[in-house]
Amino acid sequence: MEEFTVPIGPQHPALKEPISLRMTFDGEVVKHVDVRLGYNHRGMEKMAEERSYIQNLYLTERICGICSHSHTTCFAQGVEKLMEIEPPRRGLYIRTLVAEIERVHSHLLWLGVAGHEAGFDTFFMYTWRDREIVMDILESISGNRVHYAINTFGGVRRDISEAQKQTILDSLGLLKQRTEYYTDIGTTEPTFVARIKGVGKLSKELALSLCAVGPTLRASNVKSDVRKDDPYAVYNEIPFEVCTADTGDVFGRVVVRVNELFECYKMIEFMLKNLPAGDIAVKAPRRVKENEVVSRYEAPRGENLHYIKSNGTDKPERLKVRAPTLANYPATVEMLKGCFIADIPLIFAAIDPCICCAERMVELVNVKNGEASVVSFSDLKKLASVQYKKCGNKPEPISIAKQLQKIRRKS
Amino acid sequence: MDILKTLLYLFVYPGLLFLLIYSTFCEWFDRKLYARFQNRMGPMHTGQSGILQPIADIIKLLFKEDIVPEKADKSIFSALPVFGLAIVCTAALYLPVWHYCTKVSFNSFPGDLIVVAFLLSLPTLIFFLAGWHSTNFFATIGAVRVLTMLFGYEVPLLLALLSPAILADSWRLSEIAAFYQANPFLLLANILGFCIAVITLQAKLERVPFDIPHAETEIVGGVFTEYSGKKLAFFRLLSDIEMVVGAGLIATVFMGGFPGGLWWGLLNFVIKTMVIIFLLSAMRAACSRIRIDQMVSFSWHYLAPLAVLQIFIVIILKGFLR
Repeated sequence: MEEFTVPIGPQHPALKEPISLRMTFDGEVVKHVDVRLGYNHRGMEKMAEERSYIQNLYLTERICGICSHSHTTCFAQGVEKLMEIEPPRRGLYIRTLVAEIERVHSHLLWLGVAGHEAGFDTFFMYTWRDREIVMDILESISGNRVHYAINTFGGVRRDISEAQKQTILDSLGLLKQRTEYYTDIGTTEPTFVARIKGVGKLSKELALSLCAVGPTLRASNVKSDVRKDDPYAVYNEIPFEVCTADTGDVFGRVVVRVNELFECYKMIEFMLKNLPAGDIAVKAPRRVKENEVVSRYEAPRGENLHYIKSNGTDKPERLKVRAPTLANYPATVEMLKGCFIADIPLIFAAIDPCICCAERMVELVNVKNGEASVVSFSDLKKLASVQYKKCGNKPEPISIAKQLQKIRRKS
Repeated sequence: MDILKTLLYLFVYPGLLFLLIYSTFCEWFDRKLYARFQNRMGPMHTGQSGILQPIADIIKLLFKEDIVPEKADKSIFSALPVFGLAIVCTAALYLPVWHYCTKVSFNSFPGDLIVVAFLLSLPTLIFFLAGWHSTNFFATIGAVRVLTMLFGYEVPLLLALLSPAILADSWRLSEIAAFYQANPFLLLANILGFCIAVITLQAKLERVPFDIPHAETEIVGGVFTEYSGKKLAFFRLLSDIEMVVGAGLIATVFMGGFPGGLWWGLLNFVIKTMVIIFLLSAMRAACSRIRIDQMVSFSWHYLAPLAVLQIFIVIILKGFLR
């Protein structure tokens, strides 16, 4: 069989979000992979420049639906540094607590997705059922299940009561018990292990040189974790281990994530038992003087990075978000080379991709000659009317409001 | 009178009507079990506990838009689902359900075991052709996988079905069943063969862990990617009936058939096939999908040698019995 190229995506059942993976196959073996992004661009960074800092806090929360707390914390930490304020310790503890509970929910979710990609739907249903416990904890703390909105500049918005502490500790016992069961299944169930062992190998050297992050990097036996290497919030006070695996395959990534779950439970318990008394937030100024900062944060998927530049007003001049998924793409391309068609969804899912988080630009590519170009919106409008004329239509001056009205009238 | 009985046999019980109703019931049973195994509720709203859901699904599909790909061979593409359905319905006629007669007739003759096994492997060919004629990349890959899997499970299944036949000294389904009704303890000799047959039936039905030809996260819908509307409904019905016939075949050969004439025979049939479907559902819930190479090596490394071992056991046992 000669080599042939197939587009996996932008629409494919294995992908929950649009991304295009152009794969060259030789029979059932993948020879080459070309990742194409830009199907889910939302212009978040540009939006951030037009909003005030406090509005941006809620905007960054919406970068991702799963690690929502990661983005807002990363942003808040950076801005707090620019504002030169220090949140009180109780506030930092609650912030870290939510971060760790979020990690539990993200890892449980990922376990289910991994099960589903391997056709193990029972595992998927079970992990997602027990993920509800974590979601309930998050709801009891913040009032929300997805976008917790717990952060504010200079601390957090909601306190934790003694009764809440007790309910969280109670549900933790059940979660621990369930996670032990999942560890047992995920690492010993023969058909599942047969699918994930030795699949998507990534050596330590390659992982480092391709700048992989998070569990993907740690599964290749690199002890790297922002929480340990560059402690933020209260991570220097909390005892925890950085979990690694030495197999460097999807199996290793499962092991790293389930072990991290146990570390999370330990940390949550420690934080609840040692929650310091005091205020949860300090007052933050509205304007931020001219400066720039890079904020690092260990999201469930890996290192999250926000670059914030302030210009003395109440709006940032520039916000740059480097989501962990983006850092893992180069490594994914290497992992996919030489794998079977059947392994593609598993390997791709193993980095826990969040595609829309990583979308930073749209590139216009001419289909005929493959030329890429950057076009401003007004040029795009002009181009459209030229094209419209070519089709024999009489171009009207384009008004978006009128167009919208037309569409509405039609529907 | 005979003609009337034959017509009843062909169209009502255990022919078309019964097959359609019972196969949809089995699909509901399978779905409900699978859901309960996964801590879900399964179908709930159509009929009592969602019992009419599979029928509702099929009716819905019948009214959906039916699209034939432009590049596909239209006549073959449309004919395949009908052929497939006809084949599995024909296979069902050979199960010794009602006609518990000793005389040879159109649906019971020496060698009908092989005929049923052959008719049950034809849907695989239908699936292959369906995938191949869809001219879709995912369907083509699915089609190739269907054939590759056939080489894995077909031989162990045939070997497993042969061992009870050897012990009963007959190739006729009703005689095999009658033999084991007379000597129920001899069924225990075929336990290994029974396990192999259930596993290979799961592979034949392309269900987890062998749903490789239409693994949704890998190749979308596999061979059915381009099928929609009525044709897809036919394929779904085909799979349901194939499950009933496969379970019926195993029940006949390994569980002593369905004695007791019309009513007791029906009860026997329903209970025994449901036991097998229960096993199939449990297997579906407990496993993850394996890769095609793992599947083929599994059947040749474990299933086929074990099936041969089963035949050895039966031959030795037969020597003792003589």
